[in-house]
Amino acid sequence: MFSRAYRAVVTVPPLMWVTVFLLVPYLLMFCYSFWSVSASQAIIHSWNFENYRQLLTIDVYWRTLLRSMWIAARVMLFSLLLGYPLAYFLSFHAGARKDLFYQLVIIPLWVSYLVRAYAWKTILGSDGVLNTLLQYVHATKHPLDFLLYSPFAVVLTLTHIYTPFTFLPIYASLEHIPRNLIEASHDLGASPLQTFWRVIFPLSIPGVVAGATFAFVLSLGDFLAPLLLGGPSGIMISNIVVSLFGAAYDWPLGAAISLCMLVLVVSLLFVSERLEKKWSFS
Amino acid sequence: MSSLASSSEVTSVGAAAASPLLRIRNVAKSFGRSAVLRDISLDVAEGEFLTILGESGSGKTTLLRIIAGFERATAGEVWMAGERLDSLPPYMRRVNTVFQNYALFPHLTVEQNVSYGLRVARRPESEILSRVEQALARVRMTAHAKAKPSKISGGQQQRIALARALVNRPQLLLLDEPLSALDANLRRQMQVELKSLQREVGISFVFVTHDQEEAMVMSDRIALLRMGELEQVATPQEVYRRPATAYTAQFIGHTNLLRGEVRGGIVLCGTLSWKAHLPDGPALFSLRPENIRIIASATPATDGSVRVRGQVRHQAFHGATELLQVECADGLVFSVRTATRPDTQSALELDFQPADAILVRESADRS
Repeated sequence: MFSRAYRAVVTVPPLMWVTVFLLVPYLLMFCYSFWSVSASQAIIHSWNFENYRQLLTIDVYWRTLLRSMWIAARVMLFSLLLGYPLAYFLSFHAGARKDLFYQLVIIPLWVSYLVRAYAWKTILGSDGVLNTLLQYVHATKHPLDFLLYSPFAVVLTLTHIYTPFTFLPIYASLEHIPRNLIEASHDLGASPLQTFWRVIFPLSIPGVVAGATFAFVLSLGDFLAPLLLGGPSGIMISNIVVSLFGAAYDWPLGAAISLCMLVLVVSLLFVSERLEKKWSFS
Repeated sequence: MSSLASSSEVTSVGAAAASPLLRIRNVAKSFGRSAVLRDISLDVAEGEFLTILGESGSGKTTLLRIIAGFERATAGEVWMAGERLDSLPPYMRRVNTVFQNYALFPHLTVEQNVSYGLRVARRPESEILSRVEQALARVRMTAHAKAKPSKISGGQQQRIALARALVNRPQLLLLDEPLSALDANLRRQMQVELKSLQREVGISFVFVTHDQEEAMVMSDRIALLRMGELEQVATPQEVYRRPATAYTAQFIGHTNLLRGEVRGGIVLCGTLSWKAHLPDGPALFSLRPENIRIIASATPATDGSVRVRGQVRHQAFHGATELLQVECADGLVFSVRTATRPDTQSALELDFQPADAILVRESADRS
């Protein structure tokens, strides 16, 4: 149907891009993860499972991975708890102001992630907006120090940043529900609450799954929020990978951790896609 | 308004059987500035099949949605079985709807769709099972109980929508153009099925359609709606034989509209004239094409019949009949329905009885 030249022009550049910037690095990472590093910080190209053994036996690695997953799970939960009602309100009750509200949700995405993370730093710090206010109203005598440099700060910031990502797919799935199904449900005697649980929620599951996946996967791999706001107790797995590749100059161990993360994320995406398919009817 | 309300409450207790099931009183609806319905009053009797017939934009679906509770009337009242209906939310009304595109729940099986109403009403499980089984058997869909709606045909979805509504034993079933998505053959078959089903269950049906033939075939009574106002409410026979307005006469079947003048008990219409007991003044008559006969010019006129000569200008074959356009003197054109194909070359003699020319009201211009 299309000429050879045309097909070459549209397919070769993206394929080149994917090969050079994705496939080759992954392959290199895969190789590195089975190599090791000498005392003089030279890469030893002999194949072994030493890095994976360390990953499992040295508890700082798997503990940090578990903590990262726990942080990501909380971000996912809070994003859903905020994003779903917001999407529901917008889709069903915002009326003529729908577009305005939608833009208001989207606008924060135009602001640099770094700026938003820094904003939380000024809000949560010991001389920050929140502590100043709490002391001013005599809610507390001394500045609360768990606010900043803690997992709490990381969860809060990531929830703020990723809620729009959770909101968007949920909103899209709610918008796709034919309104006459809701009328049919009411017509058959279902109250608004029954209609929500029996019709609206089941039909919005693909959006919920997609939104939850976004929040979890993006938070799991985040490294700026823990770096800026996490403190020693809020360190996440990406921070460890960064320091292994950087200061520690242990590329093989860093590659092994990265590869584990990659496998984890890809299997999550796989499960999430299966779930979305199972719950979509169109 | 308030005196009407209180009197209905009183009468509903004693005279429930005699009073109509559904009473629509002076209902009006406007969206912003445009009035969609104006002063609609209509009764539906127990067990009646009433069709709301109208063109698109006539307000027929809006009227149905007001009865179902999806729209609030701007003015007026709706009563059912002696109870004020329009103040209840849709889920509190003993009314069920068959939607235009069925609105089956895509994530539920056929069986789960049908049992939906009973489940939200928290009926006992054994009752749900037996009633759903019965309802599926009634629409001959038992074999598809476990299928998802997307896996069955349009006609089958239609039947499930019907079963889903009827299983709740509503006092009133509303049907919003339920057959319009089906092809012609299936539609005719479903018309018959639907009508016999209605007789069987004895539930009042309010059926909305734009198809006058469908309305004629199925209804006990037709309520013809035009631009938000009722044009005529009567049995199909009456609507056809004695249309009240020019619009009704033209919308239901073919007709010839004759504009004339009555003077001293004589109707004058161009070169035609006949006797009629009518007051003097302009008058409009509807004459059905099948009430005009073509006769041999030699035969003498029977007593009182009206005769006119004309030339066939156009003819259309309709199977059992032919529809001719016959042009007479002073440009008057008659539609004539005949069983036989006449010789179209020569002039024809047309003949009709004055009693078949039905006096109709001019339809108000509301555009």
